[in-house]
Amino acid sequence: MAVYRRNYKAYTGALTAAWSRCFVLFRYSRRNLFRSKFMTALFVVCFFYPLMCLIMIYLAHSASFLREMGLPTEILSIDNKFFFHLISVQGVFAFLLTALTGPGLISPDLANGALPLFFCRPFSRAEYVLGKSAVLAILLSEITWVPGLILFVIQASLAGPSWAWTNLWIAGSILVSSLIWIAILSLLAMALSAWVKWRIVAGALLLAVMFFGAGFAQAINAVMRTDSGHFFDLAYLMGTVWNALFQVDSDHAIPVAEAWIALLVYCAICLGLLMRKVRAYEVIK
Amino acid sequence: MITATQPGAADGERTQTPPAAPLAPLVEMQGLSVQFGKREVLRGLTASLRGRSIGLLGPNGAGKSTLINTLLGFYKSSAGTARVFGYDVGTEIRKIRGLVGYMPENDAFISKMSAVSFVQMMGELSGLPKDMALERAHEALFYVGLAEARYRQLGTYSLGMKQLAKLAQAIVHGPKLLILDEPTNGLDPSARQRMIRMIKDIRDGKEMRIVLCSHLLRDVEDTCDEVLILKQGRIAHYSNLDEERRANKRFLELETYGANGDFTEAIEKLGCECAVIANRMKMILADGIETRDIFRIAAEQKVRIRRMNFRRDTLEDIFLKAMES
Repeated sequence: MAVYRRNYKAYTGALTAAWSRCFVLFRYSRRNLFRSKFMTALFVVCFFYPLMCLIMIYLAHSASFLREMGLPTEILSIDNKFFFHLISVQGVFAFLLTALTGPGLISPDLANGALPLFFCRPFSRAEYVLGKSAVLAILLSEITWVPGLILFVIQASLAGPSWAWTNLWIAGSILVSSLIWIAILSLLAMALSAWVKWRIVAGALLLAVMFFGAGFAQAINAVMRTDSGHFFDLAYLMGTVWNALFQVDSDHAIPVAEAWIALLVYCAICLGLLMRKVRAYEVIK
Repeated sequence: MITATQPGAADGERTQTPPAAPLAPLVEMQGLSVQFGKREVLRGLTASLRGRSIGLLGPNGAGKSTLINTLLGFYKSSAGTARVFGYDVGTEIRKIRGLVGYMPENDAFISKMSAVSFVQMMGELSGLPKDMALERAHEALFYVGLAEARYRQLGTYSLGMKQLAKLAQAIVHGPKLLILDEPTNGLDPSARQRMIRMIKDIRDGKEMRIVLCSHLLRDVEDTCDEVLILKQGRIAHYSNLDEERRANKRFLELETYGANGDFTEAIEKLGCECAVIANRMKMILADGIETRDIFRIAAEQKVRIRRMNFRRDTLEDIFLKAMES
């Protein structure tokens, strides 16, 4: 019907599949993210380190070039530590991106009372959370495990199948370590923004959880002469898990299994907080 | 006021149409109760709403919005069942939501989005393909009168424009039922008239059925053919407005001169119910009593009747009766 005709007519055409509707939210939210020039610039900066790693991998396999430059050919070693550093650096960028974009995903909907409009449609709360978290999950994937695995494949193709076969576990570590970090960051950012409803405060709170959490952990450890304070330090827990996944030697005060459990508990708490707030209307009992 | 002798003559009254075939039940409730903590907000509602346009009335806190939110699946019932278009609210809410367009009472929008993007997104979430959602978003915004402002951010809209944008998102996907929660809230008289005109237009288009929740009797009277009045979470009254008015043909208004308590007493002795305000008198004629009996008593009492007219119940009368019951 042409737009100049003002008579209302019901829609009688085909509908899209129900499962595909959470991607509608993803599409609109992602489009909004990249309207910010600062965000776009930061996203580009996130690829600098993987690019540097790519050059290092190339150099490591270019012995003639290193000889010409007068450098020892064994200077660069592409191993588990190399990929551990890559994921650690990209993890920091992932945190910065989350602090910048995460709080803006849900808080505007809550602040403007838009949730009833989402949930009065054939669209559930779970689909809403899935659609919104997909924005962060995919954004953070693009700067963590995706470049990590691409670099692994490039290294494998240059080093040969025997290297690839021996170090295949590193690919798994890249994927798992990135996914748990993405899950923690996404859920934490969305839970905070759902409870605070104010984008800037939610961003500040995310930084506070990370940095004050570490300080709080140190204070508990010092006062109570224990190591249990580390359970309040998300970065420490993450570091423990990553060290174990990449088999990097490091002294950690809490067992890896407990660190895993603590991270999963944090994820569950964030998800619970999120689902409690993401409702059409709050019920006041 | 709509008189018995001049149906449809009042301002804003619909044109008379021949009686249509009865509509399928829109909402059926069987002992529906909703409880928030220990507070029971809806108490055992049982009704079958069939009208094309149903008004939900009641004082603040009567449970109107709670009923709407329960029908949309936002609140769970603590007892009883409700069905919309035959689908159970508890188990088939997704099907119900696919058939419903909802315009909430409070501000509900995303301030940084343009109206056309917002309405398009809502259309897509209802299942419209992307291109079709865009086309219908333009149509819906044209229809509600926001054509010129459709590329502006919603945060810059006036209250009246936000209400229209909410209406546009509610109709973009072509629902079978349009639920309007206080659609004229905060609107100035001209914007209110425009909104009422639009609701009437939608109702008369017969593509959609309407549930309109309001505490403004005039809005409901102007747009609805059935009314459900809630009071303290219970159904105080449910009726078809036209039938209700027809049933009150024996409601009489008199303007008298020289009437005293004896005149009223004499009329009450005939079995009529009377209410006197200054020189005006309202009465409900008892069965078998005609106007000539009133004239006879007036002549006997030397009371002059300056004006006499039959009066149908206005919605206000119906509402007040329901509140008093």
